[in-house]
Amino acid sequence: MTTVLKVQDLVKHFPVRSRGVVRRKVGEVHAVCGVSLELEERKTLGLVGESGCGKTTLSRLLLNLIPATAGSVVYGERDVLKLSRKQMRPLRRDLQIVFQDPFASLDPRMTVAELIAEPLRIHGFYANGGREKVRKLMKQVGLNPEHANRFAHEFSGGQRQRIGIARALALEPKVLLLDEPVSALDVSIRAGVINLLADLQQEFGLSYLFVSHDLSVVQHVADRVAVMYLGRIVEIAPTEALFTRAAHPYTQALISAIPVPDPRKERTRRRIILAGDVPSPVNPPSGCRFRTRCFKFATLSEPEQAKCVSEIPALIDRGHGHPAACHYAEAAAMI
Amino acid sequence: MSSEVLLEVENLTVEFPTDDGTIEAVRGVSYELKRGEALGIVGESGSGKSVTSMAVLGLLPKSARVSGSVRFMGKELLGRSDAELSDYRGKHIAMVFQDPLASLNPVYTVGHQIAEAVLVHNDVGKHEANKRALELLEIVGIPHARQRLTAYPHELSGGMKQRVVIAIAMANNPDVIIADEPTTALDVTVQAQVLEALETARKATGAALVLITHDLGVIAGHAERLCVMYAGRLVETGTVDDIFYTPRMPYTMGLLGSLPRIDTKTRLVPISGAPPSLLNMPSGCPFSPRCPLVTARCDAEEPTLYHVAAGHGAACHYHERLIDAKPEEIFR
Repeated sequence: MTTVLKVQDLVKHFPVRSRGVVRRKVGEVHAVCGVSLELEERKTLGLVGESGCGKTTLSRLLLNLIPATAGSVVYGERDVLKLSRKQMRPLRRDLQIVFQDPFASLDPRMTVAELIAEPLRIHGFYANGGREKVRKLMKQVGLNPEHANRFAHEFSGGQRQRIGIARALALEPKVLLLDEPVSALDVSIRAGVINLLADLQQEFGLSYLFVSHDLSVVQHVADRVAVMYLGRIVEIAPTEALFTRAAHPYTQALISAIPVPDPRKERTRRRIILAGDVPSPVNPPSGCRFRTRCFKFATLSEPEQAKCVSEIPALIDRGHGHPAACHYAEAAAMI
Repeated sequence: MSSEVLLEVENLTVEFPTDDGTIEAVRGVSYELKRGEALGIVGESGSGKSVTSMAVLGLLPKSARVSGSVRFMGKELLGRSDAELSDYRGKHIAMVFQDPLASLNPVYTVGHQIAEAVLVHNDVGKHEANKRALELLEIVGIPHARQRLTAYPHELSGGMKQRVVIAIAMANNPDVIIADEPTTALDVTVQAQVLEALETARKATGAALVLITHDLGVIAGHAERLCVMYAGRLVETGTVDDIFYTPRMPYTMGLLGSLPRIDTKTRLVPISGAPPSLLNMPSGCPFSPRCPLVTARCDAEEPTLYHVAAGHGAACHYHERLIDAKPEEIFR
């Protein structure tokens, strides 16, 4: 298997500044802390986590849209993070992104044809058969090419997201970062976009990073899944393994909290209800960041608990088949 | 569980006049809610599920034209003045809205707002009300409840705010709690906390629940009966088991087939097209432009809720063709 994008020890801290004229730096938001990932060719890596866990920041970092504090993102032997904006430009053809909100990410003053043609124009490919290319793209994402002269507001949410996907595909990228691409869509529309993404991956040999808070969507699209909590990856595994043998307590709680549309199963399922809320990333807990909400932590002996408090658990395989960042990881089936 | 009917909605219609024409948001919805039961109302955005419940409590803007009948324990609620409805709101029928930030007052403490709800409908002293507020916060599972009483809404997280709203809703032991997308803005682990708080509130007060959501998973775990709404109409009603295991309306079947779920991995079966605009409703069945079973009859004649089994209704002329069918066979 070939790796197309390799992320190593990526860190992003946002400064927190005081009010007033001087705006002294008073702290740091630990948004992404030491994340390492690999994106494989023609595969989908799902990245899940709850709001504020740093998954969107991570996807922006991969494209060098915001400067990283430390770490590297290697694409084709080059560290993307070390490139200037100008050097970055040819690479942007290969690395594209689809945003969450199809209502905010499309310019309302442009027609669909202009929207899809924009990346082609910027990179100088429009003059050479651009019109045809736009028509073809519209067909590929399931839009009627006859609607090319309409404006974005004339389309429904699902169709707008298809426009966003067509824009991202225009330059024939290798890697597509999908940041919550179906979260804003209604259920009956969502399935169509998910299927479209799967078909496009087959057709164009794309690699996806699929960022989502919705594990049931990720289960459908991803080959491997990374679970994020407060800026760190806590577990990473092939999709099936994650859902049948989740080892990190957070992953277990996350899976158990997802409602299944099956009344009989739902009545008998064991649900882990986590106490409290996600701690502030300005002042994350020492050692294991999940320990303040961990149901397992409460059952541990005192020396064991001390280890959770003092020592950051490494993301390694502790004999359950895939890496998990818990000192006391144990595989369990949660569905 | 007694079978006394608490809330009866009959042929409820809500229209909003606009410059472009009349929006028919709700078109002839009827349902019954029995004491203590949990009824789910599921539908996509614009299906009229929220408007239906707002109409029950008389919370719609004045421009809305509401007709039909809403009876609470036999008494008609539609057409009453705000002052008269105030006797019901909170005391008999309480509501939990989607956005807890918008339902709490930012300039009062949480304790004050819960106590206020107690004071409005009960002849008790301030001290008594504050004691009740603390008790309520503990019931909905807020840690360090005593300290939280003096907190302002902005100091609490979204999930905690929603639990405060639930505490306010149960303050007067209402007979009915209407929860309109109570967990939509929340993360899954927090959603689980809030849903548990809602269950606890139901057990503590014995209230019946109307749970409005677009999430079929939430319905599966928390409702006993279910109404599916589409384009302002009920298109299928029945027990959750009836509807999840033997849907008889193509839309319901399509919804279930298009749902990614964590317990199985099959290719999703999307429904083509999008819901109709409520401005220019097609004649006949509103689902017909997206329906694989459509015939000329569907465009001419809007199906009523056919009785397909005991307590199970489906608004489709061809509901019999869905017996033992699978979504992937119907939606090809």
